[in-house]
Amino acid sequence: MAESGQELAETGGTAQADEAQLIAALRAGDEAAFMALVERYHAALLRLALMYVPSRSVAEEVVQETWLAVLQGLARFEGRSSLKTWIFRILTNRAKTRGQREGRTIAFADLATAETSSGETSVDSDQFWPPDHPEWPNIWVSYSRSWGDMPEERLISRETNERIHAAIAALPPLQREVITLRDIEGWSSEEVCNILVITETNQRVLLHRARAKVRRELDQYLNMDRSDI
Amino acid sequence: MNRDYLTCREMVELVTEYLEGVMPPRERVIFEAHLAVCPGCTAYFEQMKQTIRLLGKLPEDSIEPEARDTLLHAFRNWKRTTTGEELV
Repeated sequence: MAESGQELAETGGTAQADEAQLIAALRAGDEAAFMALVERYHAALLRLALMYVPSRSVAEEVVQETWLAVLQGLARFEGRSSLKTWIFRILTNRAKTRGQREGRTIAFADLATAETSSGETSVDSDQFWPPDHPEWPNIWVSYSRSWGDMPEERLISRETNERIHAAIAALPPLQREVITLRDIEGWSSEEVCNILVITETNQRVLLHRARAKVRRELDQYLNMDRSDI
Repeated sequence: MNRDYLTCREMVELVTEYLEGVMPPRERVIFEAHLAVCPGCTAYFEQMKQTIRLLGKLPEDSIEPEARDTLLHAFRNWKRTTTGEELV
């Protein structure tokens, strides 16, 4: 019945209405609403805090303090940013201060420069013919095998997940954080840039490099037993 | 970019830029034209999309029960205090 434009407006309005409702519930002391929020963000807050402070116990303290600050600040929260952005900003501010006090200063901008400037490539250089090759300059020597014919159970098996986790764990810290926020937790690039205070270009390069390494690891694993067919 | 083509070596570095929808229109056309005729880049592109899809299926980390209990306790304390203040 409703026209599509109207539907769109309603969808946009619903997200805002949901957030307003959530904030009202929190202010009213709704325990279930608060615990749902804790379930949703706690692990990400802890992981992010660990980027700034030297130990897990300090990170845990910072996250606890953050939740208390959220509760105390709720009455004054004006909704100029989303609740999520507000919570994570409280966390990063506190974690930064705490990290400095513990003698650890990390400038993500510098880290971003370091993790994006090295000449790493998405694919090993020898996968392509050299640039001066007379016939096939910079063209694939051989093609990767598609995973499209693999059963879904294999792709989402525990073993495959373990390989993905291992590949992520091996990434440099900022690449690891960006791919986790974007591809696992579903943040937008804008949210990631905001919280990590990195440029959109750096965010994209970090994400690409992280994805490229996970892909390489997956390809080696998934195609290892059928490379000689 | 002045050229009207991309090499395979360049293509693999541009996948995320393409998927993010931030590639300039002209380069986008060139990227898609290459993809349409290159099995090597098509395989790479498909693998990258599968990688993203599989990452999206991973479970997110969850909170440890101990931390959960501490926060529940903190919340109840906070609630008691705020309600108390309102009553005063």
